[in-house]
Amino acid sequence: METVTLTIKKAPTLYLEAEIISPDGLAGKTADQIRALPVHMGNEEFTLGEFFDLAGAPGATAEETKVVVTGDLSRVKYLGMKMSGGEMVIESDADMYVGAWMSGGTLTAKGNVDSFAGIGMKGGLLEINGNAGNYTGSAYRGDWRGMQGGKIHVKGNVRSDTGYFMNGGEIVIDGDADVHVGTHAEGGKIVIKGNAKSRLGGQMVEGTIILLGTVDVMMPGFKYVRDEEVDVDGKNMLMSLYVGDLGERHRKRKGEPIYGKLYIRKAAPAAAESREVRLARAREARKARFASPEETASA
Amino acid sequence: MAEYLIRNGFVFDPVSGVNGDRKDIAVKDGKIVESVSPSAKVFDAAGKTVMAGAVEIHAHIAGPKVNEGRNYRPEDKLFNAASGVGGMRTTGGFSIPTTFKTGYNYAKMGYTTAIEAAMPPLYARHVHEEIRDTPIIDEGALPVFGNNWFVLEYLKNRELENTAAYISWLLRASKGYGVKVVNPGGTEAWGWGLNCLTVNDPVPYFDITPAQIVRGLIEANEYLGLPHSMHIHANNLGNPGNYTTTLDTFRLAEGFKANNRFGREQTMHHTHVQFHSYGGDTWGNFESKSDEIIDYVNTHPNLTIDTGNVTLDETTTMTADGPFEHHLTELNHLKWANVDVELETAAGIVPYVYSPDIKVCAIQWAIGLELGLLAKDPMRCFITTDHPNAGPFTRYPRIIKWLMSKEAREERLNTFKHAEKVIGATLLHGIDREITFYELAQMTRAGPAKALGLKDVYGGLAPGMEADIAVYDINPESPFTPDQLEEAFSAAALVIKTGLPVVENGVVINNGNKRTLWVDAKVNENPQVMRDVEEKFLKYYSVTLNNYEVQGHHYIPNPYAIQVDATQ
Ligand SMILES: [Zn+2]
Repeated sequence: METVTLTIKKAPTLYLEAEIISPDGLAGKTADQIRALPVHMGNEEFTLGEFFDLAGAPGATAEETKVVVTGDLSRVKYLGMKMSGGEMVIESDADMYVGAWMSGGTLTAKGNVDSFAGIGMKGGLLEINGNAGNYTGSAYRGDWRGMQGGKIHVKGNVRSDTGYFMNGGEIVIDGDADVHVGTHAEGGKIVIKGNAKSRLGGQMVEGTIILLGTVDVMMPGFKYVRDEEVDVDGKNMLMSLYVGDLGERHRKRKGEPIYGKLYIRKAAPAAAESREVRLARAREARKARFASPEETASA
Repeated sequence: MAEYLIRNGFVFDPVSGVNGDRKDIAVKDGKIVESVSPSAKVFDAAGKTVMAGAVEIHAHIAGPKVNEGRNYRPEDKLFNAASGVGGMRTTGGFSIPTTFKTGYNYAKMGYTTAIEAAMPPLYARHVHEEIRDTPIIDEGALPVFGNNWFVLEYLKNRELENTAAYISWLLRASKGYGVKVVNPGGTEAWGWGLNCLTVNDPVPYFDITPAQIVRGLIEANEYLGLPHSMHIHANNLGNPGNYTTTLDTFRLAEGFKANNRFGREQTMHHTHVQFHSYGGDTWGNFESKSDEIIDYVNTHPNLTIDTGNVTLDETTTMTADGPFEHHLTELNHLKWANVDVELETAAGIVPYVYSPDIKVCAIQWAIGLELGLLAKDPMRCFITTDHPNAGPFTRYPRIIKWLMSKEAREERLNTFKHAEKVIGATLLHGIDREITFYELAQMTRAGPAKALGLKDVYGGLAPGMEADIAVYDINPESPFTPDQLEEAFSAAALVIKTGLPVVENGVVINNGNKRTLWVDAKVNENPQVMRDVEEKFLKYYSVTLNNYEVQGHHYIPNPYAIQVDATQ
């Protein structure tokens, strides 16, 4: 495998759209050809060479190419978009659409990435060492065909709307997830090792969500079925299985409806306590708001 | 103004009866002329096909439901947006392209006139704003009448003159071109959670039937002598077994005589007949009934139809047939938009994927082609996709390929996932006919122009007609592959619109000088109808009359008003 390294040398004044930076975009090209490739900023077109220094060389095909991107990439969008093979490493934070619509290969983002990472993903591995923004592994705006395959692993936290309209593949979040996970999902699997907020699996039709931490507010459209042992990273964990979203249509197999599955780790003591503590605090606050001055004085 | 000479092409022009002869076409001051001066600019069309600019008789290309489609389907523009080059504008969208892309794409294919098929009168201003922003092509819009409260009341009371006076008033207020009817009575019934699936189902509250609405509107249309006939999308669209409803609808036009000064002969145009030619009673035994439908059409010259060909694409369905769109979203579970337009109509939108792997979609594809191939008179059967309902209009070149090449359609037919079942449920496999260039010019030019009452203006190359001309890079006298045919019709070598070159070598080079067609039908003063209009606006409408009418130059900077006098 040949390695080509791109180092950003000039901070974009706006945001740079560089979907050409991927093993597919660079494979088989000479250094001069790579420098001449188009990137966009605002409504203008520039060359890759105007923004990046180049070292090394790509392989003949995407599979034989490793792309390393370094420097401050916090204003660069679409890195690794539509990559189908090979390897790519983003050494620092990157902006939106990292690995969007990728179908193969391995893409590692060592820092944080902004929203829409891995949307419409079909295959390959997208690894994000930091945090990810909103709509990780989701569908493009308006589309009902979200992530179809492959795997996204976020080692930090994700913001909202992860796995929106997910149809297949797997998303693993080591940290916490903000609201709306697996909304409208019709397949695939999402594992949240930290905590979740609310609207977990809202309007989910099929697919699986596994939550090891706590959930702030459960969706009313899920009902408890039974406890089950679930294998997570080779460890069997006792989990409560809820099915839903009961407000959605569900296809049937042998007369039985197929539901979305939501597994929540059973009786994590800290979680139970924190929920109790939170509820108690809420009750106190409510009481205080409605309490008369005399009562407050006497208490 | 400039003079042009298109020299030595193979000309196909049913209007002047020219069938592939090598001829020169001369243009002066925006019109076709007998000859031009030696200073005329010459285009060499040797080895190429020359036809009049094509006429689109039925497409949904402007207005609130098209725009809601664009609005709620951003994914329709994914990976196909392009920035403007030169004087051209940014474009995007596949099944619901931007207004600019709509104009450019029609022009690229050699289409120079188009009719927006369903204008909700209350939103006529929006329709005309989009028409204004659609470059190059001349356009008119058909306001919908089949579920309009005024019409339902007048027709229930058998008030022909009042119906006609109201149509005349609404055409002027909305700057409309003719009388469109969508699911007569059924869309009003949808406001009550119901539908009209036969021509005899009563409309709730109004106590009138679709049959009465259709016959009443044909009568009023001919009373006025409008250039186009009543233009209908019948009840029961899209359902297995609906061909009987279609035949019942056809029969409603029997006994009427076309009355107009435009040379139009039919009294009913039935649109997207593919969606109305279904046998069977479930999706399981769904089959083609195109033979029964086309037998009726072939033997009844008072009728014109367009096909509504399924193109096997992902598209966006949209229609004033509100109950049908609800039915569709229940079938495919994709997102649904729905709106009620006060006293006038309704609309629904649902994305749809016509997959070659789904038997029903493949049968629909075959039915559309059967209609085109079984129609004996190409002057009465026009090619459409009911854009975007059965597919985007940009697929016309592909439909042309399938109609003109048995080889091409057999290849498609035999590679369907359920090919055998599809062949068993359709007639297409047994049809050998290949549409000729001349017939194609009838189905896409002379025919629709005549049905619209525009036979002396568009769709032909006779001296005195508009200089709307398309030249295609295909030689009808040498061998070509089906794909070369599709390619040639996708990107015309030259298109002239009203005497101005707008496309060269498949590239749009000029934004043209588009006009808006509308029909100004004069009737005797009718105080009762004017009182009814005022009263309904006071009582029911959410806007005043002043905010309703489509006024002059802002909405229609370049009008082409067709005068009709029904005062006698
Ligand atoms: Zn239509």
